[in-house]
Amino acid sequence: MGKKLLLEHINVPGIETFEVYRKQGGYASVEKALKTMTPDAVTEEVKKSGLRGRGGAGFPAGMKWSFLDRKSEKPRYLVCNADESEPGTFKDRYLMEKIPHILVEGMITSSFALGARTSYIYVRGEYMYVIRILEKAIAEAYANGFLGKNILGTDYSLDLYVQPGAGAYICGEETALLESLEGKRGNPRLKPPFPAIAGLYASPTVVNNVETIAAVVPIVNMGGDEYAKIGIGKSTGTKLISASGHINKPGVYEIELGLPVEEFIYSDEYCGGIWKGRKLKACVPGGSSVPILPGELLLKTAKGEQRLMTYESLSDGGFVSGSMLGSGGFIVYDETACIVRNLWTFARFYHHESCGQCSPCREGTGWMEKVLHRIEHGHGQASDIDLLVDVAKKIEGNTICPLGDAAAWPVASAIRHFREEFEFHVKHPEKVVNPKHFEITPFVSERVAVIG
Amino acid sequence: MSETKTIQFSEETMATVQRLIKRYPEGRQKSALLPLLHIAQAEFDGWLSPAVMDYVAVILSIKPIEVYEVASFYTMYNLNPVGKCLIEVCQTGPCWSRGSDDIVEHFEKKLGIKVGETTSDGQFTLKTVECLGSCGTAPMLQCGGDFYENLTNDKVDTLIEKLRANGQRSTYMKDNRVM
Repeated sequence: MGKKLLLEHINVPGIETFEVYRKQGGYASVEKALKTMTPDAVTEEVKKSGLRGRGGAGFPAGMKWSFLDRKSEKPRYLVCNADESEPGTFKDRYLMEKIPHILVEGMITSSFALGARTSYIYVRGEYMYVIRILEKAIAEAYANGFLGKNILGTDYSLDLYVQPGAGAYICGEETALLESLEGKRGNPRLKPPFPAIAGLYASPTVVNNVETIAAVVPIVNMGGDEYAKIGIGKSTGTKLISASGHINKPGVYEIELGLPVEEFIYSDEYCGGIWKGRKLKACVPGGSSVPILPGELLLKTAKGEQRLMTYESLSDGGFVSGSMLGSGGFIVYDETACIVRNLWTFARFYHHESCGQCSPCREGTGWMEKVLHRIEHGHGQASDIDLLVDVAKKIEGNTICPLGDAAAWPVASAIRHFREEFEFHVKHPEKVVNPKHFEITPFVSERVAVIG
Repeated sequence: MSETKTIQFSEETMATVQRLIKRYPEGRQKSALLPLLHIAQAEFDGWLSPAVMDYVAVILSIKPIEVYEVASFYTMYNLNPVGKCLIEVCQTGPCWSRGSDDIVEHFEKKLGIKVGETTSDGQFTLKTVECLGSCGTAPMLQCGGDFYENLTNDKVDTLIEKLRANGQRSTYMKDNRVM
């Protein structure tokens, strides 16, 4: 069993209540930070921990905190990004639903470190029932003196609010989120200035993912150095992985970074292997935006090394033969899955979610969806495959925010690794028209990893 | 949908609205726009008519266009009337991989409508949506504030019966106290 830092008490009955959470040692990080540490000392522990942003980008959290303009006369804000919308990712929902107080606790400790007096948790609107759970947890924290004026008798005061979104993937991009929180359309902002200088209401702001903020709790409790001992190299600590697709046990798993990918997929402790006794064909290991990998490149790098669940190992080989840990949205496909149809659903997603600000993304995502739709529905032409690659290339790097890249990478990687499957669709439309699953053909089985 | 209501929040809702506005710094009341539109949609028959949006603009002292541009950007706001129960079936990759196409097809057959349509009795509107963050329990759908997960055709049948018997309008917010 790997170490559990966030989900350790997840199965304790009543853990969603303040009383039970407190009995399990909850809110200790608030007591420790407010009573025995300075805000800068808390930030220092987070830096030492090596914690990297858990939303997808993996940027060092302590460094992000250190960029906050502390000289400004304006109020500072901490905003929690709970707009989880990356296909394949549902870990934040699980955490907030099951153990909401760890997020509230993390928000208080982190707000103290950053000197924020008002903080917001921006939750995607579809998670309305989760908002209700968080509101209850926050009310309990107020009632017990952990929020409001003079927390625990210190001179630190904090108000914490939940803000609902209303259905827009783009609001997971931090500046779009801030726009949305200001009551506007979720159009990402041009940077600089970065939120650390001019974020919410043009004030210094830190935006952190739910899991990142929750991880501050064990970091402050155990100390940054201890936390950094977990994991491998620059991938420290534990990570929540959302496992979905063709596996026996979909769900959220907390792993120590460094776990072999193969163990994660096949061990009964985690995914429990591929469903229906089938074989592994492909995997999107970090949410829909990251490159898809065929089974054999998922389990072993191009150099033949065992692939590990770390930021570095999953990206080994770059975009030629690697992928990314991303948000930890781990989507597994068995040997019958149609890569083209899956990609079409992703392309439709990005087209639907593009905010429309930048032409390459607004138009390009639409074209990719259309072209993939026609290939999938038996009207594709041989030139369509290179057309897709071309459109993806022209989106990548040419937009204000990373949604453009996120839309381009899945297309580029699916064609790179599964070009034969696209060609098969074009050459044999009669065999693939409206397939829910794909007949296993020789080239597909070659793609199946030998293990499992 | 044909019922006409005066566009005016109840006193209780108005108190909630005032409380919400206080969450933001002075002069930043526009931040309350998204929650207010949720409340308005729940209160006024499940959709945002131009008149409702204008009403929200007045409450927040902003221009109507500032409300329209936001309401038209976010997918959870309905700019046209919808059935009492808005069935939103997730269709993105992970849900597709576990059979969401079959679920959509089953709904179409059972309700006798296509995606995007409303049953003639105004009870159900069927919609497909993009990832709802419930991939580990796919296929799934959302109806109002509730998630229905690990769907099968049988579960769909039971759900349709349950919602029909209930007869209530589904809303993302069970009550305004959510925020």
